Amino acid sequence: MRIRSLALRIVRQIVKDKRTLALMLIAPLLVLTLMKFVFDGQSVNPRVGIVDYPHQIVAALASTGADISEFSDEDSAMRALEHDDLDALVSIRDGQPHVLLEGSSPTKNRNVMSALQEALEPFRPEEFKLSVAFAHGSGDLNIFDYYGSVLVGFFSFFFVFLIAGVSFLRERTTGTLARLLATPLRRWEIVAGYLLGFGIFTLLQATLIAWYSTGVLGIALEGSMFMVLIMNLLLAIAALTLGTLLSAYAQNEFQIFQFIPLVIIPQIFFAGLIELDSMPEWLQALGHALPLYYGSAALRDIMLRGAGWSEVWSDALALCCFSLAFAALNVAALRKHRRI
Amino acid sequence: MSDSASEAGIIAGPCIVVDRVSKLYGKCTVLDQVCLEVRKGEIFGLLGPSGSGKTTLVRLITGLDVPNAGNVELLGEPMPQLSMLARIGYMAQSDALYGELTARENLAFFASLYGMKGAGLAKRINEAAELVNLSGELGKQVALFSGGMKRRLSLAVALMHEPEVLVLDEPTVGIDPVLRKSIWQELDGLRKQGVTVLVTTHVMDEADKCDRLAMIRDGRVIAAGSPDELKLATGSASMEEAFVAYGGGVQ
Repeated sequence: MRIRSLALRIVRQIVKDKRTLALMLIAPLLVLTLMKFVFDGQSVNPRVGIVDYPHQIVAALASTGADISEFSDEDSAMRALEHDDLDALVSIRDGQPHVLLEGSSPTKNRNVMSALQEALEPFRPEEFKLSVAFAHGSGDLNIFDYYGSVLVGFFSFFFVFLIAGVSFLRERTTGTLARLLATPLRRWEIVAGYLLGFGIFTLLQATLIAWYSTGVLGIALEGSMFMVLIMNLLLAIAALTLGTLLSAYAQNEFQIFQFIPLVIIPQIFFAGLIELDSMPEWLQALGHALPLYYGSAALRDIMLRGAGWSEVWSDALALCCFSLAFAALNVAALRKHRRI
Repeated sequence: MSDSASEAGIIAGPCIVVDRVSKLYGKCTVLDQVCLEVRKGEIFGLLGPSGSGKTTLVRLITGLDVPNAGNVELLGEPMPQLSMLARIGYMAQSDALYGELTARENLAFFASLYGMKGAGLAKRINEAAELVNLSGELGKQVALFSGGMKRRLSLAVALMHEPEVLVLDEPTVGIDPVLRKSIWQELDGLRKQGVTVLVTTHVMDEADKCDRLAMIRDGRVIAAGSPDELKLATGSASMEEAFVAYGGGVQ
């Protein structure tokens, strides 16, 4: 009953505060849309300089989309490379095919090498040719599909963390928390009320993000929409409880924002944007202590690999444990303001 | 013995008993062996400069904090106790209202935490608003209120559940003289209904309006009694002189 009153008040407050409402519901969609345009840009064709090379290979290279300029001698080609007119220079040295990469951009290096491999593939002997198939997704699964599956979870997490943290903090700085604690309200009822009130908006947000990213932006969705929704909601609740907990250790809004580089940014590294296997082991272990690690892993499995409940239940359980622990710690932290 | 309290026909017994209470924050002693007794149906003032420990004492009395030594009793019950909070109306120094909500929504929200609802709640909202002269402003968003209106609404919130004990921490800080007078009239009216009022202040002339008061300095009660008793005992003409005579002045 008292929890419901508290939740209802939070809903009323947010509905009246249009900017906060927009930050929670519209901002994630805007950023996701922007991300789509950023990642979906046309791949840039590598600019390759050729000096004295077999014609059929040059033709094959041109057919991969590479931008080819032929040079009569290596010196003029080198000058073009130095002037940043070329990404790579292909020539025959000592009877061997030789590639000189401009080298300053990893992306361009990779583009050149994959164009060369593609061009040379038909010239391989038959027994070394590779036949490629996909267990999940397909060849047209692009980089935004991959990052998108991570970002969907991240934005839920980030915006809910901010708003819940700031609004619980304001409860303290305006003195309303002291007033709440001067009523017979129990400490856990306050935390539960916040969970319920904000939970309604996080549900709305999770639904909106899940629908928009798969339905409108067309991020790959192999698994079920419902599973995406559930994981997104669990992740948002973890953010909600973490935000309210950390607000107990901030004196003002500015100090809440100081938690972003400490608490939010590191989680991005473990969310799958960077291959976890490439990290040192102790760092990988650290990732297992962060909620976003589990949420992102589950979302990726559902969206890209079509995973079902049987595969992601452990991630869901981990998120629930995080939320419970954060909420319990918050109830304890409120002891600072009222001992009973 | 307070004349006005007996006039109102209130059986004077102890409402609040503070018995040798000490409170430390770290190594800093905020309250040192404080004893006082507030009778039912009187306006009791805690007078002292800021930083003297008034707010800490109030927090101990309402059960928001626990003392390191000593006992607090409220209406015969040992504190702190969660159920006792329903019998106290507490108004802190800050207004503690939700600016996004209307005055009515603020009153309804806090009252609902005491279990009030339905027709009784609606009736009580109107009564409380009338009491603080905000009947016409109930539908207005609190963020648009003036400082004085917020203060009055804050008082109305503390009165919503008709508490037996009203605890007000510096209720008249930052308030113009007209409004200050109306708040004191309000407290007087509540006392006549039998409500015990504990009020902290650092304004000396306000102390004159209390039935009895305790002077606090550096976490110790340096004197207690009715304003007239305190002035008479020190041969002072004003509360300020009496306060200085008891050693409350600048050392």
